[in-house]
Amino acid sequence: MLTIDNLSLTIGPDLQILREVSLAVAAGEAVGLVGESGSGKSMTLRSILHIEPEGSRVTGTITFDGVDVRGLTGEALRQMRANDVSMIAQNPHAVLNPVLPVERYLIEGMHDAQGQPTKTAKLRAGELLEQVGIDAVDRVLRSYPHQLSGGMLQRVVIAGAIAGKPRLMLADEPTTALDVTTQAEVMAILDECRHELGMAMLFVTHDLDLAAAVCDRIAVMKEGEIVEIGLPEQLRDNPQHPYTRALMESRPAGLTWTPEGGPTS
Amino acid sequence: MTTPAITVEALNKTFHTGAKQKVKALDEVTLSVDKGSCLAVVGESGSGKTTLARIIVGLETPDSGSVTVSGKPVAAHANRRELRRRARDIQMVFQDPQSSLNRRLPVRVAVDEVLRAHSRLSRAEREARCSELFTLVGLETRFLDALPSELSGGQKQRVAIARALAADPAVIVLDESVAALDVTVQAQILELLASLRATYGLTYLFITHDLSVVQMIADQVVVMRQGRIVERGTTAEVLTNPQHPYTQLLLACAPRPGWKPERGMIRKLREEIAS
Repeated sequence: MLTIDNLSLTIGPDLQILREVSLAVAAGEAVGLVGESGSGKSMTLRSILHIEPEGSRVTGTITFDGVDVRGLTGEALRQMRANDVSMIAQNPHAVLNPVLPVERYLIEGMHDAQGQPTKTAKLRAGELLEQVGIDAVDRVLRSYPHQLSGGMLQRVVIAGAIAGKPRLMLADEPTTALDVTTQAEVMAILDECRHELGMAMLFVTHDLDLAAAVCDRIAVMKEGEIVEIGLPEQLRDNPQHPYTRALMESRPAGLTWTPEGGPTS
Repeated sequence: MTTPAITVEALNKTFHTGAKQKVKALDEVTLSVDKGSCLAVVGESGSGKTTLARIIVGLETPDSGSVTVSGKPVAAHANRRELRRRARDIQMVFQDPQSSLNRRLPVRVAVDEVLRAHSRLSRAEREARCSELFTLVGLETRFLDALPSELSGGQKQRVAIARALAADPAVIVLDESVAALDVTVQAQILELLASLRATYGLTYLFITHDLSVVQMIADQVVVMRQGRIVERGTTAEVLTNPQHPYTQLLLACAPRPGWKPERGMIRKLREEIAS
């Protein structure tokens, strides 16, 4: 469905951010893009939606359903962003307008991008919040961003991102700013939504174990290049690239307790 | 029996966040850290762990309760002499080295300032000591005159550790000191901290939200939730046989090989905590 072929990105005269990145995501598939800061994982995501920093030079091709997305402009690009590909970012505070209730964020997306009447959009906003596991739907809809916790806000952003039933979700460290227990909950919700909608996902994270939990395949990035792609088990049990091995060894596998009682094997 | 390096008794602290709103950041917190050991304080945001650290080093005053470091009480309103003496007992390393180093000055100045304040060394001796400290934390001496912006996050955190060591303290409080670092760098810094502790018999109070980090560095753990200690024990005990449902929830939510996030289980443990 999504094919990235030889994508390179350079900022300024010689700052090369991406070097010939090639990656494919099949319909319904979840692919993790794992790497440390500065490895180029976020920039890869941003190139797909044409939101790379101004002045970047991009070469290579990105196709979505056979259409060259780098060639899209104006209405066609807007349609792709509205209907096919959504994105959630790390910090929900940067996404939501602080002076409007979150309801407006959800309605605006559906009204403007999909042309739904405001009334239907309002009902749908409530349904979406239920879908992301929010109980007090009415209260949350009327709340302003500062009245809600980070985990709650990120759910609102996910609700907005799945409103258009996209076929591909680009998730850029969506849980990095959250507490571990909230992270687990938000990831579970994202994973459920993905399966319900049959949505593909490109999931950027620095946490290999987190990626392994929700992804079918994982690509490891370092200094703008993909150094290894494989199944999560493959990377864990038999890493090929020294960098993948270094990542593994940095997090000793010693936490084994599970709620079912007793350690896992 | 060894004398504890840190003793904290019945600490209480309430923050007033609005006209009628208040948050109990610490609620009867009592703990002690043995000399030469490392105690991890684990909790999520709002658990009170950072407030605890700030009170222990004297950056914040408790409403009630007492803190003793190296056998000396940490007075609520200390005079300059007392502050100076305390700095030689206890030092702190913060989460973000970017904001704890002056971005306009070469990084050596951060270390030199501490030496100037707490030692009687001559300029030449201080220079030599700075080089020594840099070497000790695994930084090449060519970085002495670098600006913070020229260093990576890991290197900056090494400077922050060198600065803490410059006062020759017995105790170091580390507040999420590896949280902002990439995992491979995190592992290196934890290794450095472990070797410094072994070499100099340092005592650490390590504030963190990350159980893998706890496992890598601590002997003892206390788990905090909403200002209270809900569980304490050796690292092995707490991580392999957690008793409190909140500790269980933290462990169940920590990503690890073979782990899947499950909403049902999270909900069940949350209900247990509430009851």
